[in-house]
Amino acid sequence: MPGAERLLTRDYRFTGVGPLPTRNADRDGRYAMARSLATADEATTEVLGEGDFVQLIDPDGIRVTNPRFDPWVADVTDEQLVDLLEDMIVIRRIDTEATALQRQGELGLWPPLLGQEAAQVGSARALRSDDFVFPSYRENGVAYCRGVDYGDLLRIWRGHSHGGWNPHSINMAIPAVIIGAQSLHAVGYAMGLKRDGDDAIAIAYFGDGATSQGDVNEAMVFAASFHVPVVFFCQNNQWAISEPVTLQAKRHISDRAPGFGIPSLRVDGNDVLAVMAATRIATDRARSGGGATFIEAVTYRMGPHTTSDDPTRYRSADEVAEWAAKDPISRLEKLLKARGALSEAVTARLSAKADAVAAELRNAVITMPAPSALSVFDHVYAEQNPWLERQRAQYAAYLESIEGGE
Amino acid sequence: MSSSVTEAAVAADTATTTLTLSKAINSGLRRALADDDRVVIMGEDVGTLGGVFRVTDGLQAEFGADRVIDTPLAESGIIGTAVGLAYRGYRPVCEIQFDGFIYPGFDQIVAQVAKLHYRSGGMVSMPITIRVPFGGGIGAVEHHSESPEGYFTHTSGLRVVSCSNPQDAHAMIRQAIASDDPVLFFEPKRRYWTKGEVTEDLTNALPLHRARVAREGSDVTLVTYGPLVMTALDAATAAADDGVSVEVIDLRSLSPLDLDTVTASVRKTGRVVISHEAQLNGGVGAEVAASITERCFNWLEAAPARVTGFDTPYPPAALEEHFLPDLDRMLDAVDRVMGRENSLSGWDD
Repeated sequence: MPGAERLLTRDYRFTGVGPLPTRNADRDGRYAMARSLATADEATTEVLGEGDFVQLIDPDGIRVTNPRFDPWVADVTDEQLVDLLEDMIVIRRIDTEATALQRQGELGLWPPLLGQEAAQVGSARALRSDDFVFPSYRENGVAYCRGVDYGDLLRIWRGHSHGGWNPHSINMAIPAVIIGAQSLHAVGYAMGLKRDGDDAIAIAYFGDGATSQGDVNEAMVFAASFHVPVVFFCQNNQWAISEPVTLQAKRHISDRAPGFGIPSLRVDGNDVLAVMAATRIATDRARSGGGATFIEAVTYRMGPHTTSDDPTRYRSADEVAEWAAKDPISRLEKLLKARGALSEAVTARLSAKADAVAAELRNAVITMPAPSALSVFDHVYAEQNPWLERQRAQYAAYLESIEGGE
Repeated sequence: MSSSVTEAAVAADTATTTLTLSKAINSGLRRALADDDRVVIMGEDVGTLGGVFRVTDGLQAEFGADRVIDTPLAESGIIGTAVGLAYRGYRPVCEIQFDGFIYPGFDQIVAQVAKLHYRSGGMVSMPITIRVPFGGGIGAVEHHSESPEGYFTHTSGLRVVSCSNPQDAHAMIRQAIASDDPVLFFEPKRRYWTKGEVTEDLTNALPLHRARVAREGSDVTLVTYGPLVMTALDAATAAADDGVSVEVIDLRSLSPLDLDTVTASVRKTGRVVISHEAQLNGGVGAEVAASITERCFNWLEAAPARVTGFDTPYPPAALEEHFLPDLDRMLDAVDRVMGRENSLSGWDD
């Protein structure tokens, strides 16, 4: 599976507070200081850095020093940053290709993640393969990082299935279309993890709009009461279809979690390194029995809600242009070029990779076999169901009876 | 294991005790918890208190707070976290404290629990049991006497059952928990204190999807479930004094409906009365009446009759006797299908 065992799915196991990490600290001690700083007995909203969120790479590609968060990504080499850049470029290309396929009538619908690549890659690449992901319907970048098969990724959008992939094969639940419902599922899964004594974690992805739903708030109640290993990852992309985030929240979304007893972090969602640091803090806290963390990744939905939406009806081109200047991919490119880590050869390689993935994706879509008529009746129940079997048999007889029936 | 221990275990299994319906469910839950350590019970007040009806009494003390879980006051949260536990391989048994409180959890039940097996192409199972005390006749305030089963029989992917007596309560809760399908388990709360013989030996237990002929008869088939089975049996006894032989069928399973059992009965009697507490419009009785008419048209001597709650919200306690089907209303319907004088004789519409 592409990228399944990539960078940064290592175990972070700590034996306790150790000496202050030096530049080339050994692995065990590396995060000790950072962890001691990040652990909080009381819930806090950690608001550090300029622009009231955590940022490690600014939009111009300048590396911003942050003593509290730097240790969490001190191990990330330039080569690994190029890997992250590749992920983001590939995901953007998947997004573009899927949008084109929709316009060409090969897909019924596609929810673009354009602009949110860093939020998805930075967090997904901080997870272990045995962590369990509960996404919304927009986390196709996360699915890529988890190693999803391209056909499986697009099956829903082609209208062939409501699911698409086997959750247990990539440890990622089926996309949730009911807003916010998955946040409770993640908490329940984490309750199971805790009971099993497993140090894997559950992560729920949802948007700013979802935080208005009761389920997301109930999820935080349960997560805090049962002190479970869950990460709430909110991509605040500023819009819920046509509703701006100011309709959903009168304070920063990350301000809510501490009220439930859950520490939170507010990060620049277009900064892959900051997102990674935040997710590592959260997963480390969860794994070491510290309970839940809420991350608000501030980003922007550069595209429409879905291919059926027309954002020109409710937002200005100026706003979009403002956010284009904060693009997650270009800032990382600038950083890497300045460090001499992004040669033309590397750029060409990344571009070729993106093209190859797009071609594979397109092929998977147009060659996807259509489901059979009687499969309407499949998998409604796990066990035999005489009522439904009778209906199925009757419909099968009907199809037989009409000319050219299946 | 030595043979004397095996014998003792078998003896305990096949022994019969007299239990209330509530205690019968309690013993069924105890067996389920003991037999499979992936079973967990969760709900409001189920742990320390043992449930507002004491159905989970003593279980937390015996199995621990991580298996019998007191949850925050949030039905959607209870069901939604159960979904997550099911993803993790657990078999959650959720309690909704009262029928009228199920609605905050409705979305998680119908959009998630019911559909995840279908949505995932069979890759994910939701072996979740949702226990709901239901029905009226207990002099309660609003929202404590509802019969919401119709919303769930209408939802594909769910199984819906209702027990009427202690033995079925014990067997069916164990079968429901063991089922890999999600089951809405409706418990007739006004019958919680009725007593009956219960054995834990399920060797000869009726499968969960089957209806039971509770009393044999030859003139009229009276179909019902849950709290009204007792009422129907009383009605059959009264009808016998009047020379009418009523066959009472306890549906037990509301989805899937065991129409084979009902069909066999109606083809014998030619007359059917269906009764439930739930409102008339779109209730389970409507499905039974339509299906039986389709299958038994040429055997029917009279149109099916339904005796149900009216299409009103469940009324205040002072009026509930007028809402609830009782023995007399059932006998009135029996008279109707027998072609005898009844309350609607001469009713010209």
